[in-house]
Parts: sequence; C-alpha cells; structure tokens
Amino acid sequence: MIQTIASVGLPIDETLMIKKNRLVPLKELSGNEKRISIVTGTHGDELEGQYVCYELQRRIRKQYHCLTGIVDIYPALNPLGIDSLTRGIPGFDLDMNRLFPGAENGSMPEYIVSQIIDDLKGSDTVIDIHASNIFLEEIPQVRINELSKDTLVPLARKLNVDYIWIHAAATVLESTLAYSLNMIGTPTLVVEMGVGMRITKKFGDQLVDGIFSLMKELGIWNGEVIEPKEPIISDDGEVMFLNAGSSGVFLPAVEHWKNVRKGDHIGDILNPLTGEINETITSQTDGIVFTLREYPIVSEGSLIARILA
Amino acid sequence: MEETILFELGSVYRENMRIKAYTFGSGEHSACVVGATRGNEVQQVYMCSKLISVFEQLEKRGKINSGRSVMVIPCVNPHSMNIGKRFWAADNTDINRMFPGYDLGETTQRIADGVFRHINDYQYGIQFASFYLQGSFIPHVRMMKTEFEYAELAKDFGLPYVYRRRAKPYDTTTLNYNWQIWGTKAFSVYTNATDRIDEESAAEAVNAVLSFLNKRGIISYDCHEGYISRLIEGHELVNVKAETPGFFVRHANVNARVRQGELLAEITDPYTGKILDKIIAPVNGIVFFHAGQPVIYSNTPLYRIIPTDDLV
Repeated sequence: MIQTIASVGLPIDETLMIKKNRLVPLKELSGNEKRISIVTGTHGDELEGQYVCYELQRRIRKQYHCLTGIVDIYPALNPLGIDSLTRGIPGFDLDMNRLFPGAENGSMPEYIVSQIIDDLKGSDTVIDIHASNIFLEEIPQVRINELSKDTLVPLARKLNVDYIWIHAAATVLESTLAYSLNMIGTPTLVVEMGVGMRITKKFGDQLVDGIFSLMKELGIWNGEVIEPKEPIISDDGEVMFLNAGSSGVFLPAVEHWKNVRKGDHIGDILNPLTGEINETITSQTDGIVFTLREYPIVSEGSLIARILA
Repeated sequence: MEETILFELGSVYRENMRIKAYTFGSGEHSACVVGATRGNEVQQVYMCSKLISVFEQLEKRGKINSGRSVMVIPCVNPHSMNIGKRFWAADNTDINRMFPGYDLGETTQRIADGVFRHINDYQYGIQFASFYLQGSFIPHVRMMKTEFEYAELAKDFGLPYVYRRRAKPYDTTTLNYNWQIWGTKAFSVYTNATDRIDEESAAEAVNAVLSFLNKRGIISYDCHEGYISRLIEGHELVNVKAETPGFFVRHANVNARVRQGELLAEITDPYTGKILDKIIAPVNGIVFFHAGQPVIYSNTPLYRIIPTDDLV
C-alpha cells in the first residue's frame, strides 16, 4: 500500500511527495505487529539503497505468507535530489541529514523532515541506508553513536555486515535522522556501503540477507534466513585515517577490504602535467582497508583511506 | 597595512588558493573581521574591501589606537567564488560548518583550521554572514544564545536590531559559535544582500563596524552613532508562510510597518496569473525579513514580523 507521508506544492504544476510502501501480513492485523522501516535516499547521490528497497520487496512477495509484521519502505526521502543528481536538497543546497528533527512550522525542508520523523517514530527498528558519497567506497558497515551502542549493537549484529563502527558522539550529529530517532526511543541503525552514484549488487544482496535475519529476530518474518556473518566491531581508537598531503590524481595500489601491513604502498598521487609523483601514500599500521578513495581527483586533505588497525 | 597569507592550498589544475588577511595597527589582537566563507557572498567581500580602504586611511593618520590591531579577511573561499559556487568547489561542503577545523582532516576542515588558528585569540570577532534562504533583512547583528554571547555589547554597532536565537546542533561548527567558545566576543552582521552588491546596506554595515570599533576604543573615527538597537529574541518574531506555491508578488518590503489584516503579498498561478492566495499580516508590526525568490514552494517562510502596535 503506497502512502504519501509528506507533500509540498512546487511552483510550476508539480507536488513534491515523500512516499512509502507498507507491506502488511496477509492475515488480519491484531495491532500488535512489529514494524521495521527501511529508509534511504536522504542524499540524492547515494543510490545503493534503491536496489535494497527493490530486492527486499521482491523476496517478500515470493514468500508473502512468511510475513508476520509490518515492513515500511521509504526509497526516497529526498526525491528531488535523487532525480537531479544532487546530494542536498535542490533549491536550498542544504544537507537533509543536518536538519532533523525539523519543525512543522519551519521552512519547506524543515517541514518535510518533521513529517518524516512523525511517520517513522514508533518503528521497532529503522534502517537508514547510506552509500558513502561519490568520493569513497565503503564495505557494508553499521555506524553507531556510542550513546546508543547498548541498544543498537545487538540489532546491528543481525544485519550481516562486515563491520560495526562505534563512533564518538558529536554535537553536530545531533541533527541527523538516526540521532533524532534514537533519542525518542526508536532504534535506528545507519548502514554505509558501496559508493555514491552506483549500485553494488553484491553489497545490496548481502544487506537484504541481513535485513531478513533481523526481521526474523524481531518477529516480522518466519521464513528461512541466513546465519549473519560475525562483524568486526571497533571504536574510533582503532580507525586510522589517511588523507592526501598534496593535490593531484590518486591511483590506488591496494584493493578495497584487503589486509595491509605497516609501510605497505596504498597508492600514489600523480601530477599529470609534470608526469611526476606528488606523493606516495603508505600505511601507518597493520590493518584492513575498509574505506578507499574511488574518485581520482584529490586536494590536500582529501580522504584516501580508512584502515581498521 | 600588512598583507599576509594565512593559508595556502595547493592545486594541480588551478593556481593555489590563498586566504589573505590585511592587518592594521599593532599590538594586542583587538578585532578580526571575516567576510565571505561561501562562494556567493559577494556583498560580504565588498564590505570588507570598503573597510580595508577606510582602515588604510585611518592607519596613515594614526587613528588605529596605540597597542591595538585589526585584521580583515575578505574571503575564506576564493576557489568557489571564482566559479560561482556557494560551497566548496570539489565536494560541496560548507566551510562555515567546519570550524574550529582540523589540520589533519579533510580539505575544508584544513581550510577552517588554517584560518581559525590565526583568529581564535582576538578580543572581538565580526563575521559578515548570509542566510540560506533568498531574501532581505533589516540590517542587524545576529548571535546565538550560548552562555558566552554579549547582546548588550552588540548594541554598540548601532544597527536597528540585535537578533538572538537559540543555538541548534548544526550551529556548533560555525565560525561564530567557535569564536564564542574560544573566548572571542563574536557578532554576525547581516545586510540585505548576498550574491549582489547593495551599496546602501553595505555602507550601513561598514559604518556599524567602524562605530563599534570606535566605541570599544580600538580606532578613533568620527562616525554616525547609529540607532539605539533593540534586542529581539528569535521566538518573538511572527512567521508568515505560504500555503500555496506559485509566483510571489510582494507588496510589503522590509522596514514596512503593517497592520493586522493588511495585504503583504499575493501568490499567483504561474500559468494563468490567477490569484491563488493572499498573504495577510497576522499581527501589527514591522517587516524584519521577506523572501526574495520570484517563485515559491508551499510552506516557504515569506515574512518575519516584529510585533508592535506603534504603526505611525
């Protein structure tokens, strides 16, 4: 059942609508069903979640009789952004994930995010799927604010991701969807995977397997599910950042999600004008590369890789 | 006048980006003025150029007071300004959401750090800022309510209003907020233009800064005292929103005194010209802000009104 959860009139013969599809069990609802909400498309350049929304529904329809709870799917919180290849909210140049919880009486973006929060609150779990950005590739991972780790880590372990990163609290992150929902008692997991403007089918399939596993745990699905993989769990202290020290063209020398040793060659920053290497980047630790630069052009400071020590 | 480069960012495809500062006088770090942090803040750079011109003359005449120094940074983001982008040229991040910055972090964090490390010990910090929505304001000094704001001091700018609002989580990475946290008395000055030059409000803001510095004993300058500013809190203003999208045909402008029930604007159908909605003043008051875009979404804030019954 497709529902519109927020709408705003646009100037020229168009209405912006935020939609969700609600899947409910075949039997009559008792009112006590558990609810999982899958949200994505907050950033218009992050598309990995689009495939997850499709594939999740395809598999549910194949065994609809196994559905015992409510699945709400929100493929596009920022439909104008997705449609126009714009990360933020077009027309305002605002990052939607810095506006939560919004305000019903605020501007158009603030109004929309307040409606989104209203609709999502009360879900038994929300999965907020992101896809890094166009610059970086990420292995499937869940990111958890340390303030919510006791509630969220057990749920995240079911999601069949490779890595759970428990990060420090930061005031600026209080404006995110996940923080806002977690603070009102709606457990929300942030998934990061893949790369912006692309769909990585194997990552999508991996996460969908995990969503079914979590749905079974929550009592929303009684069909067969996989045994989720055991994720690596770490906090900030074990994550090493490698940033460019010069600008140029980054050429990687390692593969994503591979082990490296201290001193190993991560890649070079090339100068196409002079034909020289501006900078050779090496690992400062033994570990595994879970974030790797995808977009070649870099400036001083551009993130090249994150290595889990 | 001393011109210095506070921060330089290397580039393979363009000339290096240089963030320049102009310093007048010597001695204690008394006041720092920052212009554009975004690439469309043309008015903000323009106002800095006017200030630099005045400071240069004052310095030659010995009117930067002894033991005091003033620094002006006209533009923190020249690379974006040169290509007409509001945010950072490569990744669209906002430098004014990166303070205090991080010297080992991502590019815009490094830029913020490269500037902030030079300006975090000034006694007074003044930023020429802009609003994310298109529109016009009555010129005012704006500040966030932290425990470190100085609302009474802000009245020394002599602008009509000092506007104070509650800080939100996303404000904690702005220049103004971090100045306050580091102990600088910080003020943001808003005029009614961003991506165009408005001479009248630019002159008013420049005079306000000079008046403030004069009253604080940093310069000696014979200037207009300005207004006896009124402090208004964000929650006191009455918001008027559009319920209907369409062309925004404005009748009431900033500074107008409007009566409850008075027509402020009309929303017309973009195809037929039919009047779809009439925007009516909900209270007696003074127009503090109006939207500036010709076409509007529904739920767009069109006006902010300072309630008052003194309409004559």
